[in-house]
Amino acid sequence: MTTGTTMAHGGALAFEPGYAGPAEALRDLRPAGDAVDFELEHHADTASIAQLGFWIYLMSDCLLFAGLFATYSVLHARTAGGPQPQSLFDLRYVLAETGFLLVSSFTCGLATLAMGRRSRGATLGWLAVTFVLGLAFLGMEVHEFAHMIADGAGPGRSAFLSSFFTLVATHGLHVTCGLTWMAIMMVLVVKKGFTPSTESRLSCLSLFWHFLDIIWVGVFSLVYLFGVS
Amino acid sequence: MLGKLTLSAIPYQNPIVMGAVVFMALAAVAVLGTITVLGKWKYLWTEWLTSVDHKKIGAMYVILAGVMLLRGFADAIMMRAQQALAYGPHKGYLPPEHFDQVFSAHGTIMIFFMAMPFMIGLMNCVLPLQIGARDVAFPFLNSLSLWLTVVGAMLVNLSLAVGNFARTGWLAYPPLSELHFSPGVGVDYYIWALQISGIGTTLSGVNFIATILRMRAPGMTLMRMPVFTWTALCTNILIVAAFPILTVSLALLTLDRYLGMHFFTNSLGGDPMMYINLIWIWGHPEVYILILPAFGIFSEIIATFSGKRLFGYTSMVFATMAIALLSFLVWLHHFFTMGSGADVNAFFGITTMVIAVPTGVKIFNWLFTMYRGRVRLESPVLWTIGFMITFVIGGMSGVLMAVPPADFVLHNSLFLVAHFHNVIIGGVVFGAMAGLTYWFPKVFGFRLNETLGKAAFWCWLVGFYVAFMPLYVLGLMGATRRMDHYDNPAWQPLFVVAAIGAVIIFCGIMLQLAQVVVSIVQREQARDLTGDPWGGRTLEWATASPPPAYNFARIPVVRDRDAFWDMKRRGVNMKAAVYRPIHMPRNTGTGFVMAAFIGLAGFAMIWHIWWLAIGGCAAAMVALIRHAFDDDRDYYVEAEEVRRTEMMRGRHQLRSV
Amino acid sequence: MRLLPLAATLLLSGCRWAVLDPKGPVGLQERSIILTATVLMLIVVVPVIALILIFAWRYRASNVHAEYRPDWAHSNRIEAVVWLIPCVIVAALGVIAWRSSHALDPYRPLDSRVRPIRIDAVALDWKWLFIYPDQKVATVNQVAFPANVPVEFHITSATVMNAFFIPQLGSQIYAMAGMQTELHLLADEPGTYQGLSSNYSGDGFSGMTFKAIALPQRGFDAWLAKVKTSPQTLGGASLAQLERPSENDPVAYYSQVPASLFADIVAGGTRAAAPMAAMSGMSGMARVAATGSN
Repeated sequence: MTTGTTMAHGGALAFEPGYAGPAEALRDLRPAGDAVDFELEHHADTASIAQLGFWIYLMSDCLLFAGLFATYSVLHARTAGGPQPQSLFDLRYVLAETGFLLVSSFTCGLATLAMGRRSRGATLGWLAVTFVLGLAFLGMEVHEFAHMIADGAGPGRSAFLSSFFTLVATHGLHVTCGLTWMAIMMVLVVKKGFTPSTESRLSCLSLFWHFLDIIWVGVFSLVYLFGVS
Repeated sequence: MLGKLTLSAIPYQNPIVMGAVVFMALAAVAVLGTITVLGKWKYLWTEWLTSVDHKKIGAMYVILAGVMLLRGFADAIMMRAQQALAYGPHKGYLPPEHFDQVFSAHGTIMIFFMAMPFMIGLMNCVLPLQIGARDVAFPFLNSLSLWLTVVGAMLVNLSLAVGNFARTGWLAYPPLSELHFSPGVGVDYYIWALQISGIGTTLSGVNFIATILRMRAPGMTLMRMPVFTWTALCTNILIVAAFPILTVSLALLTLDRYLGMHFFTNSLGGDPMMYINLIWIWGHPEVYILILPAFGIFSEIIATFSGKRLFGYTSMVFATMAIALLSFLVWLHHFFTMGSGADVNAFFGITTMVIAVPTGVKIFNWLFTMYRGRVRLESPVLWTIGFMITFVIGGMSGVLMAVPPADFVLHNSLFLVAHFHNVIIGGVVFGAMAGLTYWFPKVFGFRLNETLGKAAFWCWLVGFYVAFMPLYVLGLMGATRRMDHYDNPAWQPLFVVAAIGAVIIFCGIMLQLAQVVVSIVQREQARDLTGDPWGGRTLEWATASPPPAYNFARIPVVRDRDAFWDMKRRGVNMKAAVYRPIHMPRNTGTGFVMAAFIGLAGFAMIWHIWWLAIGGCAAAMVALIRHAFDDDRDYYVEAEEVRRTEMMRGRHQLRSV
Repeated sequence: MRLLPLAATLLLSGCRWAVLDPKGPVGLQERSIILTATVLMLIVVVPVIALILIFAWRYRASNVHAEYRPDWAHSNRIEAVVWLIPCVIVAALGVIAWRSSHALDPYRPLDSRVRPIRIDAVALDWKWLFIYPDQKVATVNQVAFPANVPVEFHITSATVMNAFFIPQLGSQIYAMAGMQTELHLLADEPGTYQGLSSNYSGDGFSGMTFKAIALPQRGFDAWLAKVKTSPQTLGGASLAQLERPSENDPVAYYSQVPASLFADIVAGGTRAAAPMAAMSGMSGMARVAATGSN
């Protein structure tokens, strides 16, 4: 066992990223030769911890969607004598929807870049475009749902339709939450500018928005493309 | 206006239920009255309800667990009494409609509102201290998680007074839980209580993972973390991975019940087997979420009280990770009898048995920690030894049922009930009690009365065996679970013995309540003045008891496992020459307020009061947005105050090794 | 000395230890698995429990004579043993699990030269309906079959999930609406065995028991004849009556039963023949009763 006379314990003293170095601590030590035993001040990197936390939440959300995908996979053939996917899905319509969402992901990326340049106007502008595109996606989705329900292909018609509506609408609900969040962030940017907290939150929002894009790619492939084939 | 809610929802005609409701109401009045008389409302609000301090949040979780233990145990006593009486011509005193609610509530409460909060509470209290941090990564989220859990528990309690609870068992299998077969509000209480508290739990999981990964003291590499921290890390990974599946399962059932969908109905393509798969994909990791922290607690206790390093640290870590991973590969063993085919059954049977290997390794590691140690047989160690023996027996019955054809005759029998109580009481409850005794002095500053603690332990241990060994026998006699009545005369004596066992456990619980009261009264004699009452090995014992809000005036640099033991051995000087201001998060009522509104919305959803449901959710959203715009969220503890606090507690004296 | 086996027999006799006193080959194999697995595990469990008590006592703090090595926390040899022994036991159990899962698969017909008798079982709220498709009779809460003849059960539910279980004969299996499960059992000797549902299904669940009677061939023929003389037949009104929830039903015999009743009940869960009925979640049986049996 070491008796603490050296700074090394099988190697350099390990510090967490974001912690201030030992310079300050060294000033306040007992006689020279003693090892560093305490950190006086550590600056936890709150922004990066927040992003880690958000990533972990996104993984849990991913698993939530996994459960819905699994349910859809099991139940998609159970049409109970009702409408089949081939008769319901209009691929060109869905392609347009997808286009809106994918482009919105791109414009969200542009907003993030503008934030990196600290350009308030550009950030707000690109966020607004993203918002409009996201809203267009939602509008098309709601329209599709209304059409299907009016045609007697509502979620209560069969297990297939229940799982279809739930999977797609859960994604749509997430998009709605994202848009709400986006609006709030735009207000925050106007009112407070680019504080560390605002930037951190905008980064999380853009993570969220891209994540929803990826989920949609899964939905598009597994539900629409596979369903029509 | 009020949806389905009418005055007839209150069960006036049912004397047993009304008795319980009156008792609960009186208890609530007593508590609220005492607070009013003592003039403590402001104190309660500013110091506890709005607290974002992990130590206080942890204490509140454990208090919730204790209260719900009483509620869940009342259900247990009722069941044992009914089954002891209801043989042949006797129908007992509980009609089936009531008995069915009692066993459903018992399971739901014990798992979701007793065991989970207990473990999450202990992790809350201890984890940041053990890793040398000042709080968790997201203190506000921590507060929100607590209050969402409390709201869930309150909904379950409310179901006793307004409406009724589910009559489906604690997992609410469809199609029984579907609207057609359960048209009342019972299943809806179940759904919303679990959904709301489940969100809180998932957020806790995110919080703790971020805390453990990013807020450890300098020098504390992963392989220098205490074992309890390791088990907490794996537990929270399991939470984040598994709870979304619970969310999905409950949500789909909700959609069936509220919007007429057909996920799990008997018609139009619904498939109840899908629910069973989904719920158990969550359900099995859930029981490992409960037991892994207990394993961590026992590891800490046995090392500390043997005055010896924990044996086999590396294999403990790998065993923990293996258990966490494998827990996702065994879920089908909960329904071998659903007819999945021999290959599938055999596969899951084998994976289930494989989990026994790392678990067995842990038992051996604890055994060899005692070997060549100096084991102080105080109550935390008694709980540990009781656990080791009891858990091994429970594990044995589990591995037995992991062989599918054995399960074919034991599934859903009282043998199964005995098995899972064997591992949950012997593992989770004993672990919680051990952890409570071990860490109580740290959180509250004085020790619990040891004599009463030992007496309580013996009551729990003996009571457990008397209550559950007969159930193993009954299962082998062909008795199934959830019976409110039976005709086989050979069974009754065993049910009577089981009821006696429940009474013995009741004595144990009463002794624990007495222990808390007596300890509070005698607290001055039992004060922990050094902060290290047990000769601890990990960093939480390096703080005062109770620690100041900021935990550590200076974050220690870690050089080895058992960081505090190492510091003591090296004679580290705890006294500082200079103190610096400490950055702390401010208390906020947002978590409490949001949870209250969400709870209101949940109640409204249960009773179909749509405008209130929407309003409640909207209000919660407003509270959250307001919080987002709030800049006044932190403050600095001035250096002078830090110095005074540290000096006052005489923290420069370390207990020698 | 002769008292010991006598005592054991008395202790295990009757329905007392049903699972450990099976009366059929399925149950016998399952019992032997239970006993074998238990013994295998006790090989480890008994020494471990003994060591726990021995170590806790020998190394208790007050015993200053015991060796004290506070830093001894690792031993490759011990690690090897504690990983290896459980692995070996689990491997043995794994082999047992694989083999027995296949041998005792409920869907697998029993090894017997005798032609099986087919009985269909339907779980209702809260009683069991047994349909004899070849004999064209039906019973409630009582099932009889010849001893030493394999019984091929086809099982479904006209309501929520249940489970079909005769503990003294062996395996149980779930009864689920919209599908059928299969179970093969055999009684080695004549006798009356307790049957039940082992999956909670609602308020009347505890009364959902039945008697499984194994009879010598002639006894079974006599029983069958008795059922055929029953004035009750199953169809239309009596079917609707049966479908209504009831508890602790007495034994009933039906001398006639529609040929496709079981198939209709199984199909009723998924067929959308009567959309209104389907959407209300009505059981297949109710639909059959409502639309008339065929």
